[in-house]
Amino acid sequence: MDGVFYTLHDFMTHTKNISYILMAVSLIGFAGFWCFLVGRDEDD
Amino acid sequence: MSKDATAARESLITPFNIITGAIVIIGLYLTYLRFTGGLAAVTNLSDNNPWGIWVGFDVFVGIALAAGGYVTTAAVYLFGMKQYRSAVRSAILTGFLGYALVVLALSYDVGRAWRLPYPYLVQAGTTSVLFIVGIHVPLYLLVTFMEFSPAALEWLGLRRARNIITKFMVLLTILGVILSTVHQSAIGGLILIAPSKLHPLWYSPYLPIYFFITSIIAGLSMVIFESTLTHHYFKHKMDETHLAEKNFVTLGFGKAASFVLAGYFVIKVIGIAVGNNWHYLTTGYGLWYLVELLGFVTLPCFLYAVGVRNKNLKLINWTSVLAVLGIIINRFNIAIIAFNWHLPSSKRYFPHWMEIGISVFIVTIGLIAFRFIVTRMPVLYQHPDYPEEH
Repeated sequence: MDGVFYTLHDFMTHTKNISYILMAVSLIGFAGFWCFLVGRDEDD
Repeated sequence: MSKDATAARESLITPFNIITGAIVIIGLYLTYLRFTGGLAAVTNLSDNNPWGIWVGFDVFVGIALAAGGYVTTAAVYLFGMKQYRSAVRSAILTGFLGYALVVLALSYDVGRAWRLPYPYLVQAGTTSVLFIVGIHVPLYLLVTFMEFSPAALEWLGLRRARNIITKFMVLLTILGVILSTVHQSAIGGLILIAPSKLHPLWYSPYLPIYFFITSIIAGLSMVIFESTLTHHYFKHKMDETHLAEKNFVTLGFGKAASFVLAGYFVIKVIGIAVGNNWHYLTTGYGLWYLVELLGFVTLPCFLYAVGVRNKNLKLINWTSVLAVLGIIINRFNIAIIAFNWHLPSSKRYFPHWMEIGISVFIVTIGLIAFRFIVTRMPVLYQHPDYPEEH
C-alpha cells in the first residue's frame, strides 16, 4: 500500500493487520508443509 | 637416489599440491604487499566503503558456514540424536577452521592487526555490539578447539588427556551453543547501527534473528555438502559406521534444513510487512531481493522437501550447494551490494583483484589444513583404541 500515514498509530495498525494475517496463513501453511515433508516417513 | 625418495617426491607432485602451492606463493606475496603498503596498496576500500569482501565474504560468510559445528553438536549431545554422531567431528573441524580463518582474515582487514587484543586487555568498550562480536570469536575458537581436541589427542596417543576432555563434552557443547547463538546474531546486530546505509528490504530490526536462523540453514547445508565432498575424496579414510550413516545424515539434515528454510521465508515476508516495504519490490533492488528470496530460500526449501520425500540423496546434495550459495549471496547483499545503496555508482565499492586473491589464499589455507587433519586424525573413522565412541 502506498497510502499516506499521518500518524504512527495509523502505520502500526496497518502493518500489524497485515502481519497478523500473514502469521495466521503461515501457521496453517506450516502444518501442511510439515505433512508434505514427513508424509512418507511411515513407509520406512 | 633411493627408490623411496623418488616415490616420495612423485607423490608430492599432484594437481592439488601444484594448484594450492601456486595460490599460497601468490598469497604470501600479497600478504607482504598488504603489511608493507597498508590497506590502500591492495584494496579498493575508502571512507565511504570501509569494509569489503574481507568482511563480507571472509567474516560474514565464513562465520555462517562454520555453524555446522554448533548445529551438529547440539543435535547429538544436547538433543540426544546419536544417529548423527558420525558427522560430529568433521562438523566441529569445519567450525574450528572456519573461525580460525575468520581471525586470519580480520588480521588483514583491520588497520593495525597487532592491536587485535586491545578490546580484551586495554580498552573493553563493553557497550558496543562489536565487542560482543570480538569477544565471541576467540572464546568460540577455544571451545571448538577443545571440542575437537579428543581427535588430535587420540592421534597423538595421549589417552589420559583425551579421557579428561571427553568428560566435559556436554559442558563444552552448551558453551559452544550459547557463544554461537549470541555471536551469529551479533553479526546481524552490527548492521543495526547503520539503518540509513542498508537498503530497507534488507535492513530490519530483526536482522539478528535473521542471521541466527540463516546460520542454522548454513550449518545444516554445509554438513550435507561437506559429507558429500568427503565421501567423494576421502572415502578410503571412512570406516563402515561413517559410510553407513552418511545417507542417514543427509536425509535428516535435509529435512531439518527444509523446515528451517520454510520458517525463514515466513519471517522474511513478515519483515517486509512490518516495515511496509512492499513498494520496493518493484524496483531493481526489489527484483534482486526476490531472486534471493525465491531462488535461494524458497527453491532450496522445496527441493530439500522433495528430496527427503523421495529419498533422493543426489537432489539433497545439490540442493545443499544451492542453499550455501544462498547464504553467500545473502551476506554479500547485506555487507556490500545493498550497503551504501544510495551512493552513486562511481562511489560504490568493487573489490580489487588482490582482495579476491587474499580471500582465495585464506580459503586455500583452510582446505590444506582440512586435508592435512582428516588424512591423519580419526575424523572420518573411529580410532581402534577407542571403540566406546560409537
